[in-house]
Amino acid sequence: MSVTVQKLVRTAPGSDRQLLKSVSLDVPTGHFVALVGPSGAGKTTLLRAIAGLDVCDSGTLLLDGQKVETMQDRARKIGFVFQNYALFPHMTVARNISFGLDVQPRGSRLSRQDRAARVQELLDLMQLPDMGAAYPARLSGGQRQRVALARALASGPGVLLLDEPFGALDPIVRRTIRSWLRSLHDRLGLTTILVTHDQEEALEVADRIVVMQQGLIVQDAAPDILDQSPETAFVMEFMGEAITFRGTLNNGQFVPDEGGVLPFPVAAHLESGPIDAMIRPFEIGIVSAGNAEKMLSPVSVVSHGARNGYRHYLARLTDRTISVSAPDWGNDSINFAEAGVLDISRARLFKNGLRVV
Amino acid sequence: MQRAFSSFVRGGNSALPGYKLSLAATLLWTGFFIILPLIALTLRPWQDGIGAVVNELHDTRMFAALWTSFSSAALAALFNIPLGMLLAWALVRGNLPGSGLANALVDLPLALPTAVSGITLATLYGPQGWLGAPLAKLGIVVAYSKPGIVIALMFVGLPFVVRTVEPVLKNLPRDLEEAAALLGARPWQIITRVVIAPLVPALITGFGLAFARGVGEYGSVIFIAGNQPFHSEIAPLLVVVRLQEFDYSGATAIALILLLTSLLALALVGLARRKFSVWGDGA
Amino acid sequence: MKKYLLWAITWGLIGIVLLMPPAVVVVEALKNGLGPALETLKDPDGIAAIWLTLEVSLVSISVNTIFGVLAAWLLTKYRFPGRSALLVLVELPLSISPVVSGLVWLLLFGAQGWWGPSLEAAGIHIAFAVPGIMLATLFVTLPYVVRTLVPLMEQQGCDAEEAAMLAGANFWQILWHVTLPGARVALFSGILLTTARAMGEFGAVSVVSGHIPGLTETMPLHIESLYNGYQTVAAFTMATLLAAMAMSAVLLRSAPEWIARRRGAQA
Repeated sequence: MSVTVQKLVRTAPGSDRQLLKSVSLDVPTGHFVALVGPSGAGKTTLLRAIAGLDVCDSGTLLLDGQKVETMQDRARKIGFVFQNYALFPHMTVARNISFGLDVQPRGSRLSRQDRAARVQELLDLMQLPDMGAAYPARLSGGQRQRVALARALASGPGVLLLDEPFGALDPIVRRTIRSWLRSLHDRLGLTTILVTHDQEEALEVADRIVVMQQGLIVQDAAPDILDQSPETAFVMEFMGEAITFRGTLNNGQFVPDEGGVLPFPVAAHLESGPIDAMIRPFEIGIVSAGNAEKMLSPVSVVSHGARNGYRHYLARLTDRTISVSAPDWGNDSINFAEAGVLDISRARLFKNGLRVV
Repeated sequence: MQRAFSSFVRGGNSALPGYKLSLAATLLWTGFFIILPLIALTLRPWQDGIGAVVNELHDTRMFAALWTSFSSAALAALFNIPLGMLLAWALVRGNLPGSGLANALVDLPLALPTAVSGITLATLYGPQGWLGAPLAKLGIVVAYSKPGIVIALMFVGLPFVVRTVEPVLKNLPRDLEEAAALLGARPWQIITRVVIAPLVPALITGFGLAFARGVGEYGSVIFIAGNQPFHSEIAPLLVVVRLQEFDYSGATAIALILLLTSLLALALVGLARRKFSVWGDGA
Repeated sequence: MKKYLLWAITWGLIGIVLLMPPAVVVVEALKNGLGPALETLKDPDGIAAIWLTLEVSLVSISVNTIFGVLAAWLLTKYRFPGRSALLVLVELPLSISPVVSGLVWLLLFGAQGWWGPSLEAAGIHIAFAVPGIMLATLFVTLPYVVRTLVPLMEQQGCDAEEAAMLAGANFWQILWHVTLPGARVALFSGILLTTARAMGEFGAVSVVSGHIPGLTETMPLHIESLYNGYQTVAAFTMATLLAAMAMSAVLLRSAPEWIARRRGAQA
C-alpha cells in the first residue's frame, strides 16, 4: 500500500510556530523509509499525522492513491507501534494482539476460533509462541516490542508506522530485532515508515532515508546516495562525523585558510569567493612532509590506535586538533609523531550551507 | 481568537473520538450544576434593588456573624498548625506504635458526617460531657460559646494540615538533618532552620485549606455553638435564619461574602505555592 | 525516654481529639443497652430517612459517575481553550459552604426563586421536597469522581487510547475496554468518596429539605430532629449507623490495595 503526503502543515497548539511546514512525501508500496533528524525536527509529528493521531491545519494524505480523511478510512490499513509500546496493561498478550479484531462490529468480526488462530499465527511469527497468557508487565523490553508489533499487524495493515521502536532496547537486542524487522517487512510485503534519531540504524535498515530539519524535509534519498552526496551541510554532518575546512575558491582552486592542508583543483566553474569544504575523517589523506611543497607548514600527526578496521590519527592544526582515519591494512604507512600535510581533495564544497560540488 | 474558537470546536489537535460528546456532557453538567447556581447567587442580591443591598451593609448582626466565623476559622487553623505538625511528624518520623491506626484516625473528621460530629462534640464538651465536665470544674466553658466553635472547627480542619505537611516531611531527606548537624548546627537550629523552614509552604497551604473549610462549616458547629446572635452565631447559620425569614437577598449577600472569602483564601494559597515553587516539588 | 514521652503525648492528643468523638457516639447510643438502641431504629420516620438517604446517594453516584467520567475524559485527553477554567469549575463545590450549596437551589426553585413559582403552578415541587434534596446533594458531591480520575488519567497519557483508536475501536469501546480498566482503582475510590459525602451531607440538604419527618428527612436531618427533641439514644443510634455507613465507604477505598498485597504475598 503506497503512502502519499501532500503539503502537510501543522501549527503548534497555542502559538504560530509551525511544526510541519508544507511537507510532501511519497512512499511507494513495499518501500522501507526511515525518517531521521534531530529532536524537534518534526519526524514524530509527521508520523502521527500520517496515522491520523493529530489533526493538521492543511494538507492531504493518500493511501494507494485514495484520499484519507477520517479514522474509519485509516483503521485496519495502518499499523502503529508506539515509542513505549502502549500495551494495554490489564489485558493478556493474546487479548492485546486480538484487540483490533475484537472491537470490530458484529457483522464483520471474525469468529472466536478464527481470532484465536490469527493471534497464535502472529505469536509464532513474533517468536513468542507460548506468551499468549502472560501480562505485558511480565515481558522483557524486546518481547513487549514484538507484542506491540503483533498488535499493530493483527488486522493485516498495508502500512506499518514505527515511532522510535528501538529506543528503549539494549544495544544487542536492538541489533537483532532491527534485522529481524527488516526481514519481516520483506516477508509481509509491507510499506514501512520508521522514525529514529539514530542515523546508523536508518542506514542499516531502510531503503530510503528522509532527513528532516525544523519541520522540513531537507533530503530524501537512498542511503548510499545520501552518504555520497549530501545536499546540505546539515545533512553531511547529521549522517556522520564531518570536518569543515574554511577556505576560498580562487581560479578553480580551493585554497584552505589553515596551514598544513593542501589546496586542490575544483572541476566545476564557480564564482571565486569564500567557501567551506567538508570531509569525513576517513576521506582525508596524509602526505608525508617530505613529498609536500615546502611552502606548506607541515602538521604533526599522532597515531590514536586502530578500531573497527580503521587506524585513527590526531592531526594538530594551528588552532584545533582533528581526527583522521584510514583503513587499517595491517602495515602502518604513517610514522608516529611525524609531520605531514593533509590531502582533502575528496571533500564536498558548501556555500551558505548548500552543496555546490 | 478565531483559531482559539476552531481549536475549541474540534478539541485541540487530538484525533481521539468522543470530544464533542464529552464536551457537550461536561458543559451540560457543569452548566446546570455550577454555572447556573453561581449566576443566581451573583445576581440575586441586586434583584430587590440597590436599596436592599445598602440595607444589608447596615446589618450589624451580619457583620457580627461574619466576624465570628472568620475569627474562629482563623484561630482554629492557627491552633491546628502545631497540632498537625506534631501528628505529621509522629506519623512520618516518630516510629509511633500503632501508626497504622493513627493514620486512619487522622482522616476521621473528613469521613464522619458533619451532623454526627456536631452532636458528638456538643455532647463531649457539654456540661456533663467527658471533657466538658472536667473543664467546667476548672472554670472553662467550651460548649454553647465561642471556644466551642473553635474546637469544632479545629476538629474538621485538622486533617487538612496533617495531610499537606505529611508528604513534604516524607520527602525531606533525613540526611539534611545530619548534614546540618555535621556543619555544627545545634538541635534547635536544626529544627527551626532545616526542618520547619521547608515546611512553611505546606503550613501555609494547610492553614488556608483549613480556614476555607472552617469559614463555611455548618453541621459540626451549630450544635456546640450556642447560636446567640452577636455572640456565638456563625455566618452560615445566619444564612439559614435569613432564609427562614424569607429574606432571600440578605441570605444571598452573606452567602456571596462566604464564597468570596473561601475563594480568596484558596487563591492566596495558590499564590503562596507558586512563590515557593522555586524550591522544587514542595507543598 | 524522650521517645516514650513523645509517643505518650501524641497518643494522648490523638485520643482526645480523634478517638473520643467516635467513642462518644457509640457510648451514647448504648447508654441504655443494645435493646433500646435497636428499638429506636424501628421508628417508621427513621426507616424512611434511611431509605431516602440511600435513594439520594444512589442518584448522586450514578449521575456524578457518568458525567464525571466523561468530564475526566474531556479534561485529560484534549488540550483545548478553556480547559483550565473547566478544571477550576468542577472543583468549585469543594470550596463552597454547604449552606450556600443548598441556598442556590432555593434561589432557582424556591417559592421566591426565579422558576419556583411557575414550576409550582405546574405541580412540580422541587424546593422543600425530594428533588431539591437530590439537587443539593448532586452539587456537593459533583467533584469527587472527576478529581480522583483526572490526575491518574493525565499521568497515563493517551498512547493506549490512540493505539486502540488505530485498531478500529470506537469511543465507547476505548472508554470501556482501555481507559476505565486502567483507571478502575481511582474510579472506585471516587465513587466511594461520593457515596460517603452523599450519605453524610447535612448543611446543603438542611436548607432545601423543609424537615418533614418521614418525607423529606435524610439520616443526618433525622439525627438533628431527634437530638433537638432530646431523644438522645435514638439520635446517637442513627448517628452510629450513619457514621458506620459513611466510614466503611471511606475505608473500603483501600480494599484494592489489600487485595493486591494479599495476591502479591501468595505469588
